[in-house]
Amino acid sequence: MKNRLLWPILALIALLLLNLVVTPSFFALRIQDGHLYGGLVDVLKNGAPTLLIAIGMTLVIATRGIDLSVGAVAAIAAAVTCVHIGTSPDVGTALAGMAIALVLCAVLGLWNGFLVAGLGIQPIIATLVLMTAGRGIAMLVTEGQIITVNNDAYRQVGAGFVVLPVSILISLAVLGLVALTTRKTALGMLIEAVGVNPEASRLAGVRSRTIIWTVYVFAAVCAGIAGLMISSNVSAADANSNGLWIEMDAILAVVIGGTSLAGGRYSLTGTLLGSLIIQTLTTTVYTIGVAAEVTLVFKAVVVITVCLIQSPKARAALSFRKVAVS
Amino acid sequence: MTESPPPVVEMRGISLAFPGVKALQDVDFRLFPGEVHALMGENGAGKSTLIKTLTGVHTPDSGSVLLAGESVAFSSPGQAQQAGISTVYQEVNLCANLTVAENILLGREPRKFGGIDFPAMRKRAAEVLARIGVHIDPASVLETHPIAVQQLVAIARAIAVDCRVLVLDEPTSSLDAGEVAELFRIMRVLRDEGVAILFVSHFLDQIYEISDRMTVLRNGTLVGEHLTSELERRELISKMIGRELGTLEAIEDASERHSVSGPVLVRAEGLGRRGAIAPFDLDIRAGEVVGLAGLLGSGRTELARLLFGADRADSGKLIVDGTPLHLRGPRSAIAAGIAFCSEDRKGEGLVADLSIRDNLVLAMQAARGWSRPVSRKVKDSLVEKYLAALDIRPANPDALVRTLSGGNQQKVLLARWLVTEPRLLILDEPTRGIDIGAKAQIQQLVTTLAAEGTAVLFISAELEEVVRIADRIVVLRDRHKIAELDGGSTIDQVVELIAGEPVPEEVAS
Amino acid sequence: MTALTTRLPARFLPVLATVVLFVLTFGAGSIRYDGFASGQVIANLFIDNAFLIVLAAGMTFVILSGGIDLSVGSVVALSTMVTAAGLRAGWPVPLVIIAVLLIGSTLGLVMGVVIHKFDIQPFIVTLAGMFLARGLCFLISVESVSIKDTTFRDVATAVIELPGGVTITYNVVIALVVVLVALYVLHRTRFGRTVYAVGGNEQSALLMGLPTARTKVGVYVISGFCSALGGLLFSLYMLSGYGLHAVGMELDAIAAVVIGGTLLAGGLGYVLGSLAGVLVLGTIQTLISFQGTLSSWWTKIVIGALLLVFIAVQRGMIRGRRRQGAIAS
Repeated sequence: MKNRLLWPILALIALLLLNLVVTPSFFALRIQDGHLYGGLVDVLKNGAPTLLIAIGMTLVIATRGIDLSVGAVAAIAAAVTCVHIGTSPDVGTALAGMAIALVLCAVLGLWNGFLVAGLGIQPIIATLVLMTAGRGIAMLVTEGQIITVNNDAYRQVGAGFVVLPVSILISLAVLGLVALTTRKTALGMLIEAVGVNPEASRLAGVRSRTIIWTVYVFAAVCAGIAGLMISSNVSAADANSNGLWIEMDAILAVVIGGTSLAGGRYSLTGTLLGSLIIQTLTTTVYTIGVAAEVTLVFKAVVVITVCLIQSPKARAALSFRKVAVS
Repeated sequence: MTESPPPVVEMRGISLAFPGVKALQDVDFRLFPGEVHALMGENGAGKSTLIKTLTGVHTPDSGSVLLAGESVAFSSPGQAQQAGISTVYQEVNLCANLTVAENILLGREPRKFGGIDFPAMRKRAAEVLARIGVHIDPASVLETHPIAVQQLVAIARAIAVDCRVLVLDEPTSSLDAGEVAELFRIMRVLRDEGVAILFVSHFLDQIYEISDRMTVLRNGTLVGEHLTSELERRELISKMIGRELGTLEAIEDASERHSVSGPVLVRAEGLGRRGAIAPFDLDIRAGEVVGLAGLLGSGRTELARLLFGADRADSGKLIVDGTPLHLRGPRSAIAAGIAFCSEDRKGEGLVADLSIRDNLVLAMQAARGWSRPVSRKVKDSLVEKYLAALDIRPANPDALVRTLSGGNQQKVLLARWLVTEPRLLILDEPTRGIDIGAKAQIQQLVTTLAAEGTAVLFISAELEEVVRIADRIVVLRDRHKIAELDGGSTIDQVVELIAGEPVPEEVAS
Repeated sequence: MTALTTRLPARFLPVLATVVLFVLTFGAGSIRYDGFASGQVIANLFIDNAFLIVLAAGMTFVILSGGIDLSVGSVVALSTMVTAAGLRAGWPVPLVIIAVLLIGSTLGLVMGVVIHKFDIQPFIVTLAGMFLARGLCFLISVESVSIKDTTFRDVATAVIELPGGVTITYNVVIALVVVLVALYVLHRTRFGRTVYAVGGNEQSALLMGLPTARTKVGVYVISGFCSALGGLLFSLYMLSGYGLHAVGMELDAIAAVVIGGTLLAGGLGYVLGSLAGVLVLGTIQTLISFQGTLSSWWTKIVIGALLLVFIAVQRGMIRGRRRQGAIAS
């Protein structure tokens, strides 16, 4: 386990050091009005939605699944909440809107779970349905408009501070909760069992379907919360751009963190590292003054490098050792 | 068998090591044209590794391979094939989505104008099939044929080229008696044409029926090469397991048959499932070992799966302790104290990437649900108990099950169910593909469990084993239960029943 | 031979379903709207989707082999960018074309090699390829670059007149040629049959001595080439190069292939199905634009629903086949 995380840790340290060289003030933290500011805080804040989605994605991937629809689900959550809030400045309206959105997300997760666990459709294609249709649904909700809101309660989710930005606290809380739940109960082991061998798990009496269903619902709810963060941060819902490609970032974070797309063993710590690497990378590219769009090139390079380092075949080829082909 | 022709294959001093394992150590092997040569050994003896070294899947660390006197070094199965060494594996290694003709000839297909000449290809395929007496449409898609026919297509592919050496790696394990006879007929035809056949099978009867010569391996080393006619079965077994003959006898004597007259634990009344098993009645009593005998495809596994709720019955009912039980799935069976060890250990049994510990407690944990974890203390004591009781090696609870040998994997699977203290334990081929030592241990365990009051449904393709271990034998044929015999019955009696007149076709389908 | 005649339809069923669907949607449009059932509307379907047809043909190879290629949309964007930038820099048109096709094929080759040699999931590798290609676009230019080269513009606007006054562009001809070549390669060459073999059972294909390595890498080269060619067609269609061109087009290509009846697990499917899939997608778009009051997002929702229906049908077919196989064995 420790070995698996070695490379992501090194990659993250290297990126952070690079930032230190380029921007000596990168690690500096300052407190202003009781709020913590600084380069590291920015990384965490901007990475919070991705981390949140990646946590859900980790569990989905552990069951041999994948959820491509999370970006669209995030957009739907943002759209529903903002349309519900409308011009109202009330706390109650904001809370109700968010509650409605998250319940809706849970339903969408149920739908994905139904396709995967109920009908037995390949996860990548089952969630492709909602990935395609979901954005259409979000646009249907907003009628193709960008919905701006002016609601202080809602703004707290993505832009608020309790010493640290609220979004960071939410993501870390969810991470902690998931880590605790999977480790202190048998959920983690059962998820891995289902991921490694679904049929054997079924015959051992594991409620595979329930578990698969649970992780998709959880992933969708995480996506919903992330969608709220994103839209709350700018006080607007844009069905076209909210959460666009965030599923890819989340999957990358999971894979960089050492969880195999083939399912089975997973690492939440790895996912945290993966998210941080991706976000730090984005920040780094920005701070060294390259066009933000070019981040994509760096992302590609990092992904391939980390994957190559983790691939047993690549390692064997590099060290010129003979591989046992079985 | 005269030794006049020179060997077509000669492997000298082959050694090969994988990380942590010496798979082969200084092994010599000869294969003569026009002979069927059996490669014998327990699991882990190095049979597959030797075969894969010959067919270019593995490259030996040292030693040489001579083909017709010339030194060769293949780096892929393709190269070996071109040199005339073809292999048919246990699982049909063809592409079920392609046609029969493509499966036979793809890679060396007749061509026209740079593309594949399909009419010529079908004609050529039909010729090859005719050579081994198989008459199916070459243009049909492979997956529309039963496994046995697919196996024959695999052989057709192997001999479609100029084939000097044919390697058959456990080709019979999924065939019934009639299909095996057909395979042997084809093997004899090829042998008489001068093809050298390397044959691997776990069934001693088959080995003695078909082979001319055998090479015995043990723990990656060569034990010896013998003419089949000169090596007795008991001697062979002793060479394979390297134990004194007395041990084997002691194991055999250990189990004693007795008739059990306790209360009925599980009763099936007209239980059945279309296309799987015709409705049957069955009583299983506490402390009884019921053997299930029948050929592959006779409905053995299907019957077991119905009792466990792995498949749903569409007729009849299951009564446990006198009350009808509606099985919605394995979970309700488990709750009623029924456990099922699938014949497919890798696919349906173990979770290969989890540790021995996790695999051991999986069923117990599943029954409790995820929110009530088995405590670490309980886990450790269970693991400790069963590692010792079943002699599981390595005795390291954190070892991944994937890394264990077949016999030890089977024991882990057994232990998983023993942990749940089942009242009825269904064992589907628990001794298949594992070494004789582990086999004896598992048989012993079954006897012990029964003595302690557990009911056991024991399924095995080896009649000898069923007859020896069971208090009562249920005989299946063509997906019907046809008879029940007392424990004192002989193999001959069972064979006679199995070999009886086939039931009419419409009932079976 | 009776076996042959009774079994072939079952394999062609998904493709037939797609064709029927196309006829139905098109028929519905013809009944509902005047001027829908004209030759030119059909021709426009091809003109507006020529690049997608080419992409879907390449994607069919990849999916048949059991892989997936998420990079195609980005490679299209990169191709438009290279084309526009190259022409702006005064490169001759043939050089631009060669450069674009080389870049696409090379990207495909690299991804294929990484997937095969290092055993990394195609999903992740082509996802990295997707990021890389799009990032490279922005490296060339963050702004949209318009194409002003006269030769290029001439080709783009040139039309071929068919009987009945229907006109098509050269794009359509190229797309159809690609489909024909793909058809030939998949069904008449060893490479093509090996693609099916690898998709059906890779381990078996390897043990059968088939060149699986070459095939697995090859499909990504083909997909890369098709993406680059699709990018050239897209440049002709848009007459500009831009890093935000063809965003999400990989999803359209995958959707077309799946709606065309190709099994995502690999091993079963046809290029003609993918062509029909593209036409279905195109018809839906045309229908929605004819309707006028329906907003564009309905396209996405309908495509999602169609995907769902086809996946469910495929699922049913696989289950049925398994049941058959279980009884047979």
